Formats: sequence, C-alpha cells, structure tokens
Amino acid sequence: MKHYWFHRPLHLGLLLGVLTVLLLALGTLAGSGGMDAPPSVLRAWQAGADEDGRMLAQIVWQIRLPRGVGAWLAGALLGLAGALAQSVFRNPLADPYLLGSASGASLGVCLALVAMDGALINVHWLGRLGLTGAAFAGAMLAVVMTAALARGVAQTLRLLLAGVVVAVVLGAGSSLVLQMHPQLLQSMQGFMLGSTAFVGWDGCALMLAALLLGLAVTVALGRLLDGLVLGEHTARSMGLPVDAMRWVLILTVALATGAAVAHTGLIAFVGLAAPHITRRMVRWGARHGAVLAAMLGGLLLAAADLLARLVIAPAELPVGVLTALLGGGYLLWLMRRANDAGVMQ
Amino acid sequence: MTAPTTPSTALLVRGLNVSLGGRPVLHEVDLAVPTGRWVSIVGPNGAGKSTLLAALAGLLPAQGHISLLGQDVASMSPAYRARTLAWMGQNEPAGEDLRAWDVVLLGRLPHQGWLSGLQAQDLQVAEQALRSTQAWDWRERSMGTLSGGERQRVLLARALAVQAPVILLDEPLSHLDPPHQADWMDLTRALVAGGATVLSVLHEVSMALQADEMLILQNGRLVHQGACADPRTHRALEQVFDQRIAVHTLDGQALALPRRAASTQAQASA
Repeated sequence: MKHYWFHRPLHLGLLLGVLTVLLLALGTLAGSGGMDAPPSVLRAWQAGADEDGRMLAQIVWQIRLPRGVGAWLAGALLGLAGALAQSVFRNPLADPYLLGSASGASLGVCLALVAMDGALINVHWLGRLGLTGAAFAGAMLAVVMTAALARGVAQTLRLLLAGVVVAVVLGAGSSLVLQMHPQLLQSMQGFMLGSTAFVGWDGCALMLAALLLGLAVTVALGRLLDGLVLGEHTARSMGLPVDAMRWVLILTVALATGAAVAHTGLIAFVGLAAPHITRRMVRWGARHGAVLAAMLGGLLLAAADLLARLVIAPAELPVGVLTALLGGGYLLWLMRRANDAGVMQ
Repeated sequence: MTAPTTPSTALLVRGLNVSLGGRPVLHEVDLAVPTGRWVSIVGPNGAGKSTLLAALAGLLPAQGHISLLGQDVASMSPAYRARTLAWMGQNEPAGEDLRAWDVVLLGRLPHQGWLSGLQAQDLQVAEQALRSTQAWDWRERSMGTLSGGERQRVLLARALAVQAPVILLDEPLSHLDPPHQADWMDLTRALVAGGATVLSVLHEVSMALQADEMLILQNGRLVHQGACADPRTHRALEQVFDQRIAVHTLDGQALALPRRAASTQAQASA
C-alpha cells in the first residue's frame, strides 16, 4: 500500500501556508548586507522613525516584499501550470514549458532587447514593461503555433511533438538573433537563468490575477480533470466535453506560464517538481492536487529566492540555478528512497 | 395514463461505416440488439469488434444511423447519452494514483452538474457497484497497486456505477480467473434480469456462447446474428474461425473446443 506523508490535503495546505508566511517574513529581513535584525525592521515601521528607519521601511516595502511575494506568485503559477499540464497530458513528466512557451518567451525578450538595444539591468520601468509584454506575447504565440501545428489539441502525442518542434525552431531563432547581436548575450543570460530581482508590485498584481484565474478554472473543471485520468475515450463516454476542456486547460497553462516567465525569466524545474512532490506527499486529486502544487511551487521559489540572496551575499546567485539544485536534488532523493522500498512507479 | 414503456430494441444500427486513419474498418453494419438481453460479439482478431463497440458508444467518427432505446443518438445531449449508455474499453488508462473508490465514483460523473459535489446516492451506488464485482475490500488502495484482475473488477464497477440501461463492455473477462469469470456471468445475468441490456466483446468463444445472442464479425462485416443456442450460430462460428474450433453441446451448454489442423491430424494417425 502506498504511504503518503499527509492523510488530508488540508493538512499539507496549512503547513505550506504557514511555511510561506514565515518565509516571506524572513525575506523582508534579507538585504544585500546580510540579515537585518527583526527589531530594527519593526521599528522602521513605527511613526517617528529616523532617516535610516524610513529608508529601511522603503527598501522593505518597495524591494524586499514585492520580490518575495513575486517569487512566490511566479512559483505558484509554474506549479499550477505543471499540475494542469500533467493532468491534460496524463503524464507525470509533463511540465509547463512543454508546449514551446519557454522558447517563445525567450525569442520575444531577444527581439525586444534588440529593439531597445539596452541591457536588462539598466532599462527603466517602461522598458521592463516592454520586456515583460514581449515575453508574455512570445509564450502565448508559441503555444498557439504548437496547437496550430498539431491541428488542434485533440491528440496528445501530436501536440507534444509539435511542442518540441516549435521549441527547437524558436530556440534557433533566438540563437540567430544573439549571434547577430552578441552585446545582448549577458542580458539574455539573466533571463535564461531566471531572476526574481526585478519584480515590483505591478508585476505581482498581474501574476496574482493570472493565478486567481488559473485557480478558478482548476476548481471549476476539477471533477472533469479527474475524469480525464481514465483516458479520453472513457471521459467522452461519461459525457465530458473533452475537446473544449483541453482548449481551456491548455490556454490556462499558457497564460500561467507566460505570466510567470514574463516576470522572472526561465525558472527551471519548479513546474515539474512541485506537482511531482505533491503527488508523493498526499493522495492526488486534480482539484486539491493543482492547488497544493501551486502552493508548493510558490514556497519552493520563495525559498530559492531567499537563498539566492543570502548564499554569496552581497552578490546573488541566479535563482533558476538554485531551483534546479533544490528541486532536482529533492526529487532524486525521493526517487532513490522509492527505489529502495521497491515501489518505484 | 400509461407508464413509459421501454422500446423493445436497445440498439438499432443501420449502414454503419467506420474508418480509422483513412482505413475502412467497419462496412455497412446493420444490427438490432433487443432490450433486456445479453449479446456477445465475437470474431477473429482485427474483425472490428472493439471498433464497433466504440462507435456504438459514440467515441469514433462514424457514418450511418444509430438509435439508442428508440432515440437517434446524434440528437442526444452528451450527458443524456452518457446516462443511457455505459462503455468500458480495453487497455484504457486506470488512473494509477487514484483510489479504487475514487475511480468508481467517477462513474457518477454523468449524473453530476459541473460544480455540484457528490450526493449520498452517489456514494451508495458506488458501494453497491464495488460490492457487486467483489472489489469492495480494496476500495482504499491506489489503482497502481492492484493486480490486473483486481483492477479489471474496479473498472467494471466504474461502468456499473453509471447505472445505464445499456452497458457496452470490451473484453470484461481479461485478467479474470475462472471463479471471477463465473461471478461476472452471474452479475451479467442479474443485470439483464433487472432489465439492462449488455453487449460484450468476448475473446473466449465458450464464454461468449453463454450469452442470449451472438453477433459474429469478420473483416469489418457482420456475418451472423442469432441465438447462442441455435446450431446455425454454431456453424457460423466454426466457419469464421476457419473450422479450427468445433462447437459441442455438453449438459445443455454450448462449448467451443480447438480442432487440430488437418495436416497435424494426418501426421498423428500415421
């Protein structure tokens, strides 16, 4: 009999919620010079704080908090997109970048950088909005291209193959652009490795909107998603509108992935690892599974963001590298344990 | 005042043609399945048995006319059709991560609205279905941990939980040991006695001969339909299987046994 760490999804949800709040609170203390003491940060918020205090309050409110919240939101979007992709493709190895959205977003950013011919670090907010928009548009366009190439979303295998083709072709496009504009390589690298450093409150608001929409779709289609588990034919025989559902779900995956990638770049592994780890911690159900995968994805990325700020402070590690190490390492450990127990699935 | 009467024909098919990937698989199939009977479908490998069953369930693009309990299938809403006709496929995914109990509850989907939850009646029906296939004991186990036969009985319970008057089953006996095959026959008899119509593709000819009627397919065409007790059905069976089986009657039950090829028979007697 399969053993789960948590009997009830609610228990895991509560634990993830508490850990998230703790982590975000901890994140407000982490500055470029190491951790601030909690009392000094608390004092900064009180009326009549001195100049240093007001400055600290501004740093916390304008930089540290939106950054932590943004990392959580981007991780949650990727976790949700991964869980939905795994349900749609009935494959636990499916990830949100499967439909070409990552390479679409990269090409979008590439082209936007060429148009602005600026470095990612130095562009002001208008430019950053342009990059975000370009990444989002690129991701969505790539998914639409994949669906068009696969002549609809009815056939899983054709869709996966089309996704691979689109990823390769658009990836080649990015390489070509970079070849012609080598000065953009460094800015581009920041995007490819993923970074949570530039997320502001406006980005948070957009990601929150996308996350709420994605969760609403998940809750509305939850029982139907469970029906898909028994295969398309059985789902159809039970009267489920399989084709319409797949369109809605794939567009939701594209929206969630696009919103995350546009703000934080290509964060590796969260979208694959979050639902996968959730599956091992609690009995899977499409509805609570996707919500928990979102919460875990958020926690994973918020933790990685905090570590990225602290490990080699005052410098920063690319957060995508950390997610790959953390998520990948944990997943490997889980698989090894499962192997030892002889219940590898 | 008259009570609504059930039409005497559960499934009526006229001129059914199905192509898969551009290749014609079923040609001009005409058939009628009487209500409240168990009808088996047999035929050599590749005859189109599973395709016929899936087409009847509306799962494949098909040309021709199908009516279900007197109503044109094409004009039915998907939800209504799903409540009227249950289908269990062969080699379909079983939902490895789900508990047997959750899988059987999915059979109640045709009775639920989009956002509505499970009713007490759904739980009752699911329990009844699991008990009827002797799968109640492992309702808490995940599908991935069940043996082939155990899993088959859960999937069968899922189809029964739909409570449809017409039930289509593709190879329901695969992976089942002889006692559970006999149980399945009792269950089918009970369903039919309760007014349901069961149409099953069966690989094992002796099992198929236990049904009320038999449809025999060959190369995508219906070559015979008749009562299982009818000697003409037995002869038609022997013919589609190239005379490599012989149908005998033993204690009033028809039984199909393999017949050795003429060449090996000659060698053995030499």
